[in-house]
Amino acid sequence: MANDAKAATVDAVGSAAADKPWFGHRGNLYAMAIVALTALGSVWALALDTRWIYLLVYVWFGLGYGIFLQYGRFCMASAVRDLFAVGVPRMAVGMLIAVMLFSLTAAAVQVLGVNTFHPHPMGWHILIGALIFGFGIVFTGGCASGSLYKTGEGNLGSLLVVISISFSQAIYVAQSGWLDKLVPASWTASAAEKMMPEELSVTEGWFDQFVAGYVWDLQGGQLAGQLGIDGMFTGPFLANALLGAIIPSLLLMIYLYHSAYKKGYLRRAKIEAPRMGDHLRGIWSMVTSSRNTAIAGLCLGVLAGGHMWATGELREHYEIFNFGELLAEMEYTEGLSMQDTVFDPGYWYITTQEAQWGAWAMDKAGVDMTDNIFFGLENGIPNPLINAPGWMSIGIILGAAVIALWRREFKWKIPNLEAAVFAIVGGALMGLGARIAMGCNIGAFFATVTNGDLSGWVFLAGMAAGGYLGVKAFNWWMEWRAGDDDLAI
Amino acid sequence: MAVKFEKVGDHDYMLDVTGYVCPHPQMYTKKVMGKLESGDVLTLLFDNPSSGESIVAMCESEGNELIERTNENGASKCVIRKA
Repeated sequence: MANDAKAATVDAVGSAAADKPWFGHRGNLYAMAIVALTALGSVWALALDTRWIYLLVYVWFGLGYGIFLQYGRFCMASAVRDLFAVGVPRMAVGMLIAVMLFSLTAAAVQVLGVNTFHPHPMGWHILIGALIFGFGIVFTGGCASGSLYKTGEGNLGSLLVVISISFSQAIYVAQSGWLDKLVPASWTASAAEKMMPEELSVTEGWFDQFVAGYVWDLQGGQLAGQLGIDGMFTGPFLANALLGAIIPSLLLMIYLYHSAYKKGYLRRAKIEAPRMGDHLRGIWSMVTSSRNTAIAGLCLGVLAGGHMWATGELREHYEIFNFGELLAEMEYTEGLSMQDTVFDPGYWYITTQEAQWGAWAMDKAGVDMTDNIFFGLENGIPNPLINAPGWMSIGIILGAAVIALWRREFKWKIPNLEAAVFAIVGGALMGLGARIAMGCNIGAFFATVTNGDLSGWVFLAGMAAGGYLGVKAFNWWMEWRAGDDDLAI
Repeated sequence: MAVKFEKVGDHDYMLDVTGYVCPHPQMYTKKVMGKLESGDVLTLLFDNPSSGESIVAMCESEGNELIERTNENGASKCVIRKA
């Protein structure tokens, strides 16, 4: 039955497309124009200075991420929300497939010696930050990367989420005043002991004290190092990929099958007394039930590994550790941190570059955004035109727009008041959660678990708990709006 | 722009969540399907592409029949018969 409906979909789209030649459809022309302009811009940048290749790697991988995110409707908000809200494990399964694939490509990149990953310190902040983040994503309708690809579909509500994430993070990081009174004295004392430059004033502002007085005192690492498995192949593949990512993902997939898929599968297959083979076929059916999501997960995993490899190779070629050094060589020193660095993860990341956008705008408006560790010491506030990871985010929007136009799914959507409030408040919660957890669903989960850093699984647990609470709150909101009228929603 | 749910025939209902993004379309669909009787038909209108995948999966999971699914320039329609 569902297959019939899928066929109907294909027919509807296909008949519309058949009326005109491929190049005669406006959507295809716009999609081609986006790719052509990105290519022209890339050629222009390289003509100015070939070292812009470092930034262009972010642009084109971003474009690739955007294409596959939109193709598979790949959104980690959907992964946790749809599971609790409507009992659909489709996206959670796709996400786990991507985790397994990326863990293998990340291991291969580590064997090649160009892995750019840095482990996250493990602590309670991840769980709490992820919980706030997970609550927020239910209301915004998309995770950090999901909001970008939905912006590429023409959804201006998602653009509002991105703006809210950007400014809320910048404000939280630079916030000082009454919030300082909530900071434990032990954090202030520990931050003072770090002997940071005076202009950072690390004993003022809750975020500086949280980072210097708490996070920097924590330990983190990759599973291979923690287990003492230091072989060139066994460390990355056996410890980090197999034990750290693949086995936990498979266990979660078995759990998802039993809790959310098995009942419906056995009913559809008319199996009353299932045996082990039936369950294995059921798990395979769950994996393949949404072909696009599974393919997107597979391609995103490979792409993320390739991105890490390409950036690592360029760092070796230019003999740098950070893009800030290259910018300084090219005489673009405005916006660099006091260490001459900028945010340059070398892999898929979302929220930190968005925080830089917000901070850059606030800085231009006259607010001092550099007297803190996050921007002043570590990430800098580069002009968005030379912010390499920022261009990755723009690339995601453009890539998603290309495929949405091509699939006739692009549509400008202006949010109503309810959606706009949800976007702004939810985005602010996502920004707060991302700063407390030191990353979002990509930087603190996807990129960590796939590199043998178990802190990412803690983030997933927190995000799932937050998603569960968010769905409860959203249901309450729907019930409240419906009142007692049977035909009211 | 508001969510619209109305009875359009003896056993036919229409839910219009056009303009809404995730999670509204799938959660309102779940809520409405819970109100309908077996055999009732719901025509669902929406324009959030990613909700479509979740709604199809929800139909499969709950055994409801997806009679028709179309997409034209970002506007989608699903016709669902409750099991």
